[in-house]
Amino acid sequence: MRQLLNTLYVQTQGSYLHLDTDNIRVDVERQRKAMIPLHHVEGIVVFGNVLLSPYLIHRLARDHKPVTWLTEFGRFMARTETPVSGNVLLRTAQHAAACDPDRTLAVARFVAAGKLQNQKTTLMRAAREVQDSDPDLLRQAARDINAQIGVLPLTGTVDEVRGVEGAAARTYWEVFPLMIRANRDFFWLTERTRRPARDPINSLLNFVYTILANDCASAAQSVGLDPQVGFLHALRPGRASLALDLMEELRPATADRAILTLINRQQLTPRDFQQHEGGAVTITEDARRTILAHLTERRKEEVTHPLTARKTPLGLIPHVQARLMAQHLRGDRSHYPPYLHR
Amino acid sequence: MTDDPIPLSGLTHYTYCPRRFALVHIEGEWAENVYTKRGQQQHQRVHGGGTEERDGVITLRSLPLVSREHGLAGVADVVEILADGTPRPVEYKSSKAPKTHKLGKFAEEVQLCAQSLCLEEMFTTSIPAGFIYHAGSHRRREVSFTPDLRAAVLVARDGVRDLLRDRVLPPPAADDRCRLCSLFDECEPFAPRAFPPGYDPFSTTLEDR
Ligand code: SF4
Repeated sequence: MRQLLNTLYVQTQGSYLHLDTDNIRVDVERQRKAMIPLHHVEGIVVFGNVLLSPYLIHRLARDHKPVTWLTEFGRFMARTETPVSGNVLLRTAQHAAACDPDRTLAVARFVAAGKLQNQKTTLMRAAREVQDSDPDLLRQAARDINAQIGVLPLTGTVDEVRGVEGAAARTYWEVFPLMIRANRDFFWLTERTRRPARDPINSLLNFVYTILANDCASAAQSVGLDPQVGFLHALRPGRASLALDLMEELRPATADRAILTLINRQQLTPRDFQQHEGGAVTITEDARRTILAHLTERRKEEVTHPLTARKTPLGLIPHVQARLMAQHLRGDRSHYPPYLHR
Repeated sequence: MTDDPIPLSGLTHYTYCPRRFALVHIEGEWAENVYTKRGQQQHQRVHGGGTEERDGVITLRSLPLVSREHGLAGVADVVEILADGTPRPVEYKSSKAPKTHKLGKFAEEVQLCAQSLCLEEMFTTSIPAGFIYHAGSHRRREVSFTPDLRAAVLVARDGVRDLLRDRVLPPPAADDRCRLCSLFDECEPFAPRAFPPGYDPFSTTLEDR
């Protein structure tokens, strides 16, 4: 079994990471801040102005541990491609499938189904937990999404699948604030928008989704898939469409859940946000630290995978799904089975 | 024969399990477990190269092998040249002889016999038998190259050639050999290919517990 190791997140500006025998040594202002054994680390994600020595980058590449560079606020910039990520036959199969409308449609349907099922589960679970807000509205939203799931097998084109997914998303985000139980007047959501975020929830979603998308892209890369060639997501230069596909089913189950938990436990409060001129909202460095720590904890949580029936840490689900996707694309499995969260 | 020669190491994987061959040689998967790790260390020791003579027997290490007639090529761990000038292949295995899976044992014999086919052609001689040395138990066992074993080499060679051409991953063996296979996780031989009962991504049941 592939081992669950930690992803090392470094966001202290001006840090310098270098190789010290078999350790990653982190220096800040020429002071040693940490020594992390390489064999505990699965990959490194750095934010903003963080330097890595060439020897460290080489060693990580040799060990097939990707490095990802994000901006200080968590926007994806670059990732290393390691020598293992070159299964050319798998990629050829992937590209052939992406060129075949029927196969693309089939994968897109399963990807969307996974996402909608997990949205439904998230809403139903919240409906059981909320007291002061309206559980019936959450249940109604779950029923509406259920109706969209029923439509999925009837879709004839990927555009139609995207339409169904979009309709479900509108329903989902409309009731999303009802799942929040703390600081409700502060945490509001106008609509789901990308950058720049104009409300606290969107700023959180953007951050957590970037982390998750990166996990999915690394997983795709490590089983030999091309992260850029997806099915539900249209191909576009610079877009990791496959990583976004793999991420769809995980958004409600891992990312959205994480945000709700942190807000409801009041580990994230209004103090963690900065309002900027012009309406943009960003998260403080401390809050990002809180989120990363929570995500790292959750990665260790074990779930039973509904298809393989194996107990699997949540953090390895992107790898399992990437492998299942690879098996499907290589003709080893007739469908792509999405991860359904329980 | 215009095709590239078939690698001898591929014959072993193929004989054990065609899917294993495809995962390693076509999909480029390689998982390390205790078996392969130990095997590699062993190989590093043996593959030092060089020649050595003792009691009239010359020991050649890492000898390149090729058979044009059968379309095979590879490297032999150890070939002993007996006093009469005939070669004997000796394959080093890290495993203990009795603990190896029955098919694994046969796969080793196929590989050894394939080496002999090459040596017979290279030395224009005939070789009745060779040895497998099990480092785990410090034992040598003799393998005689029967007509059946020779035929099995050519069957494996053809299978490997077809797989390299068609590049279709064979279905999993899903039997007891899988438990000893280092590619278990990559292969997932027992994971259901079809959806198991209760798993339905398009289900519209609404559970409210
Ligand atoms: S796990 Fe079983 S089916 Fe898969 S490659 Fe190994 S022996 Fe073959």
